[in-house]
Amino acid sequence: MSENTSSNESGTSRVKRGLAEMLKGGVIMDVVNAEQAKIAEDAGAVAVMALERVPADIRSQGGVARMSDPDLIDGIIDAVSIPVMAKARIGHFVEAQVLQALKVDYIDESEVLSPADYVNHIDKWNFDVPFVCGATNLGEALRRITEGAAMIRSKGEAGTGDVSEATKHIRTIKGQINELRSKSADELYVAAKELQAPYELVREIAETGKLPVVLFTAGGVATPADAALMMQLGADGVFVGSGIFKSGNPAQRAAAIVKATTFFDDPSVIAAASRGLGEAMVGINVSDLAAPHRLSERGW
Amino acid sequence: MASTCLTLLLPTVSLSVAGSHTVDQLPIGVLALQGDFREHLAVLELLGETAIAVKTAQQLEHIAGLIIPGGESSVIDKLSRLYGLYDPIREAIAGGLPVYGTCAGLIMLADTVLDSIDGQRSFGGLDVVVRRNAFGSQTDSFETDIHVPELGDVPVHAIFIRAPVVESVGASARAIATLDDGRIVAVEQGNLLGTSFHPEITGDTRFHEYFVSRVRAKP
Repeated sequence: MSENTSSNESGTSRVKRGLAEMLKGGVIMDVVNAEQAKIAEDAGAVAVMALERVPADIRSQGGVARMSDPDLIDGIIDAVSIPVMAKARIGHFVEAQVLQALKVDYIDESEVLSPADYVNHIDKWNFDVPFVCGATNLGEALRRITEGAAMIRSKGEAGTGDVSEATKHIRTIKGQINELRSKSADELYVAAKELQAPYELVREIAETGKLPVVLFTAGGVATPADAALMMQLGADGVFVGSGIFKSGNPAQRAAAIVKATTFFDDPSVIAAASRGLGEAMVGINVSDLAAPHRLSERGW
Repeated sequence: MASTCLTLLLPTVSLSVAGSHTVDQLPIGVLALQGDFREHLAVLELLGETAIAVKTAQQLEHIAGLIIPGGESSVIDKLSRLYGLYDPIREAIAGGLPVYGTCAGLIMLADTVLDSIDGQRSFGGLDVVVRRNAFGSQTDSFETDIHVPELGDVPVHAIFIRAPVVESVGASARAIATLDDGRIVAVEQGNLLGTSFHPEITGDTRFHEYFVSRVRAKP
């Protein structure tokens, strides 16, 4: 790239978190090839997530799920002009190094893939490329931010089409933020201990009432109404995984979910967007999943 | 910045006392289809302005100026057409409405856009050619200080995120800031203002003050 002068700084927190700010109010869609990426871009996605198999297939096919093939990621980067994200396994910092070398715009250190380290997450401060990480509660979100995550997504239960876990996680994060706001200064030390998160960050949240990074939601979103539900619950935007390309009419459903995300507070628009979409993805009730098969329990 | 500290002490609703303007003045709108529109609304409120999130054509008729935020230009374009805002915004620009665009907003104001997706359109108005994602991928995004003579001697700290650049400026438009290498990153033309970078996320309110003074000076 061109000669940025020595006073130019890249990879700063503001630059990393800033890209997530620009994605707000938008839908980020899982895609497994360049053709799907193009459909997503044409439907109004703000970014695409490149992966080898959508979560529903990872779930049904089993086996170890890893970072995507570099050729596939290159093909997707070439096909679209919107930001391209890609997933690395939890703790697999070399997959992250590879993704940075491939010049993806964001890395998702994701529980949807098989974890590579059951103790440590990636030290995300070591990278110029920003990271998004999943969280089921405020403590987990703050631990990921401490490790350098520039964006948080509530986890939900990926690949199910069941939005109940996504609802639970966004409500939990928002509820815990509200609890912090109501605490007096001397109670925040214990709150930090209980959240297993740094005191400084806990105090900042208590003062501002929001995370210092953008909060999207993910996992099980399959319909325009699901997306609008997440937005009404306070998400800054929505990830849709299997919900689009496992449905009967991906292009139309993708566009409908984008519409419902923008006009999340206008039921007549959501109703219009929900018409004539054909088959939604076949769902799995999270309550029917045995605990070892729940992806949201990966990450700590 | 001293002037903004004063307004900070005042509640944001008290528009009749916050600035020199009066209650019957129209608010300034921020296009709220997608992107960081809340950050722009917050800066306007910090400056003592009444600001509204614009999502419909009707709202366009009751604003004194419009900010088009950062975001994905391809998405803002698509949603503006889906919701009947595309033609009304073009007409408002033609009618002299002051408009400020940051990043994707600059792209939306450019008469010519390079590296757009198939079928992508802009509102136009600024006689410039703009290239999307001119610096490369996110790892090429950066922050730096730039000199903007219109805003005084103190440099503006500018954040470029997958930013566009102005490749050429036509006869009607004027460059007001460049990078050290000469690439143009801020332009104005009559009531239109565009920057490749995002003053709304730095805490430096001078570009917004510059735009607001333009809006309020308009008869």
